[in-house]
Amino acid sequence: MSDNEEHKKEVDDVSGVETTGHEWDGLKELNNPLPRWWVWVFLICILWSVWYFVVYPAWPTLSGHTKGTAGYTQYKELAESQKEIVQRQATYLERFEKASNEEVLNDPELYAFAMAGGKSAFKDNCATCHGTGAQGGMGYPNLNDDDWLWGGKLSDIHQTLEYGIRADNLDSRVSQMPAFGKDGLLKKEEVDAVVDYVLTLSGGHHKDSYDQGKEIFGQQCASCHAADGKGLQEFGAPNLTDKIWLYGGDRQSIYETVYNARAGMMPAWGERLDKNTIRQLAIYIHQLGGGEKDDTYSETVPSDDTNIQDNNDPSHQE
Amino acid sequence: MEHPNYNYDVVKKFTLATVFWGIVGFAAGIFIALQMVFPDLNIEPYLSFGRLRPLHTSAVIFAFGGNALFATSYYVVQRTCHVRLWNDGLANFTFWGYQFFIVIAALGYVLGVNQSKEYAQPEWYADLWLTVVWVAYLVVYFMTIVNRKVSHLYVANWFYLAFIITVAVLHLGNGLALPIGVLDAKSYSAFSGVQSAMIQWWYAHNAVGFFLTAGFLGMMYYFIPKQAERPIYSYRLSIVHFWSLIFIYMWAGPHHLHYTALPDWAQTLGMTFSIMLWMPSWGGMINGVMTLSGAWNKLREDPVLQFMIVALAFYGMSTFEGPLMSIRYVNALSHYTDWTIGHVHSGALGWVGFISFGALYHLVPKLWGREKLYSTKLVSLHLWIATLGIVFYIAAMWVSGIMQGLMWRDYNEMGFLEYSFVESVMAMKPFYIIRVLGGVLYLAGALIMAYNFWRTIRGDVNEKEYNNNALQGAAA
Repeated sequence: MSDNEEHKKEVDDVSGVETTGHEWDGLKELNNPLPRWWVWVFLICILWSVWYFVVYPAWPTLSGHTKGTAGYTQYKELAESQKEIVQRQATYLERFEKASNEEVLNDPELYAFAMAGGKSAFKDNCATCHGTGAQGGMGYPNLNDDDWLWGGKLSDIHQTLEYGIRADNLDSRVSQMPAFGKDGLLKKEEVDAVVDYVLTLSGGHHKDSYDQGKEIFGQQCASCHAADGKGLQEFGAPNLTDKIWLYGGDRQSIYETVYNARAGMMPAWGERLDKNTIRQLAIYIHQLGGGEKDDTYSETVPSDDTNIQDNNDPSHQE
Repeated sequence: MEHPNYNYDVVKKFTLATVFWGIVGFAAGIFIALQMVFPDLNIEPYLSFGRLRPLHTSAVIFAFGGNALFATSYYVVQRTCHVRLWNDGLANFTFWGYQFFIVIAALGYVLGVNQSKEYAQPEWYADLWLTVVWVAYLVVYFMTIVNRKVSHLYVANWFYLAFIITVAVLHLGNGLALPIGVLDAKSYSAFSGVQSAMIQWWYAHNAVGFFLTAGFLGMMYYFIPKQAERPIYSYRLSIVHFWSLIFIYMWAGPHHLHYTALPDWAQTLGMTFSIMLWMPSWGGMINGVMTLSGAWNKLREDPVLQFMIVALAFYGMSTFEGPLMSIRYVNALSHYTDWTIGHVHSGALGWVGFISFGALYHLVPKLWGREKLYSTKLVSLHLWIATLGIVFYIAAMWVSGIMQGLMWRDYNEMGFLEYSFVESVMAMKPFYIIRVLGGVLYLAGALIMAYNFWRTIRGDVNEKEYNNNALQGAAA
């Protein structure tokens, strides 16, 4: 700081420290030394970094980079931190893979494993549409009740999960309701009549057009929804008599359904999740409250009613 | 010393713009914070969260912070070079040019024109315009320094100059893009993949380092000694921490990309340089706080000085928290969580906001030739309301962020994830409400400040308040 000699240094009255002799707009600088602790901590940080350079991959070189003495890569760290998870699952997974559905349902430990895996996978993959409590929403079925579009047996649910509904998969379940109004299959007053008739199936009042509506229903709708309106699972055609509505049960919503048709879509999860996860999901969903019994085997485990009640969301779509 | 004929006109304009954009930016922040609590407030498409978030960040960083830096740098460079700002016309151009940039950038966001780079969202046409304005800024600033009437350059000017030059380099580097067409608002970035990510975080981290740190340290180095009427604590410390800060900050960017496709070695470098950055960052805090030695009594009486010292406290806290969060092991928990948001806001609200408020409270009476502010009590009120707001905000985000990180990594005894993402979102809701409250308090403080400025500029003085003080002084 030879510059300082050109200026008039003064001593600050308050601190007794010399200034640098510069002044700008009344501002001066004291010539205090660097705080010792500051210098030391700075040096320690630098030394620590140098140690880190030695131990970990750090500097690029012409042929790659320095590898470090610890042999660290983030892939190794990932594998390391997942090891425990994998080990915990592996205890059960091997047995789960070999066991049939019947065996899983009858083995409390495997059943608990399937439920834990199903619950975890459900919340991350299915809850987006079906809700965290599987309560469903407009256009997305409630999975807690026993009103199944495509069947509620374990095998049916598994099939739906694996291949999806109207998904881009050869084995996906497909059906298409005609757009009766939009495509001119029915006149507007005919749509009105059949909508009023459909409303009577779940307790609505009879109107003058009842007979006309019933006739049209018999001709146009009964082949999928059955003559009594209770639906047919092989076509994914919903039961129209139970006051559970996927797209709304008010007259306007039903009118829109008949006029424009509906076709919900679900992805083929077999393309995204491994087969163990699909099975866990099927078992989890099956026990949510409405799972239908499979005649082919007996179930003894899912008798924990409190568990089922907890998951049962009574709020149905109106 | 004879008082040169300083150009206060342009400083006044930037000062008013700072207050205006500050209020806009804080209000936008509250609105998007409310959207996080009540998703129905997403008014598609123009007022959706995705479009308003860059509006908020740009409004507070570039509109509020940028105008504050323009105002104070133009003021400080004149006062410490003892010469009028070079070229009134060009200085005036930087004002209107910068406001025009803010407006076209903001319009772009709302209309969905966004190049999707953090803190660099404006598309190519706005980027080019900003380049023109920024070069004009550099020329005005540099020529004023060239024309200075004193031999040495005051430390505040080193920081301002580093800020102006580095932001130009960062902006040009990260903004490299090929427009789809002359009449098309969109462009292709010159970089892709992990290179694009690295360039982006080199830019964004140094935007924090040079825009929000170096620039505001320049502000600190003038206004704290000025307000405290004390010499800067250590000239040597200012030199060493300036150069170490400038050199080390440049390399710390990769810590934003831990556990990504970025090679391990680059992550290590980013992390170690962040650790080494701790003391250089703290150098500014030490120099600022220690400048008060011998004048601690002023801190008790002067809320303007209190603003600046609280700013340094938040600066010290967030420049400790930053290196901590850059450690890979800590980052594994903190990354992608609200902890980051809390960290950013302790820096933005606490450091950038408070040092700016302090500087503005010092500036406004000087610029408009008033003897004092309309009310010092309102400054105190602003200080306490805003501090409370920050505490609500960052405490909520710390708790929420750490909770989020712990929920995401939690798995049960069978090896399955315990919580889904949406469950962590639901758990955050109470903290999002607290955050809104914090933001409202902070905005309320800024509105009090705006009112105080309006009365001060009108020439009003709260006689009752000052008389009472005088009476108390006499009685004591």
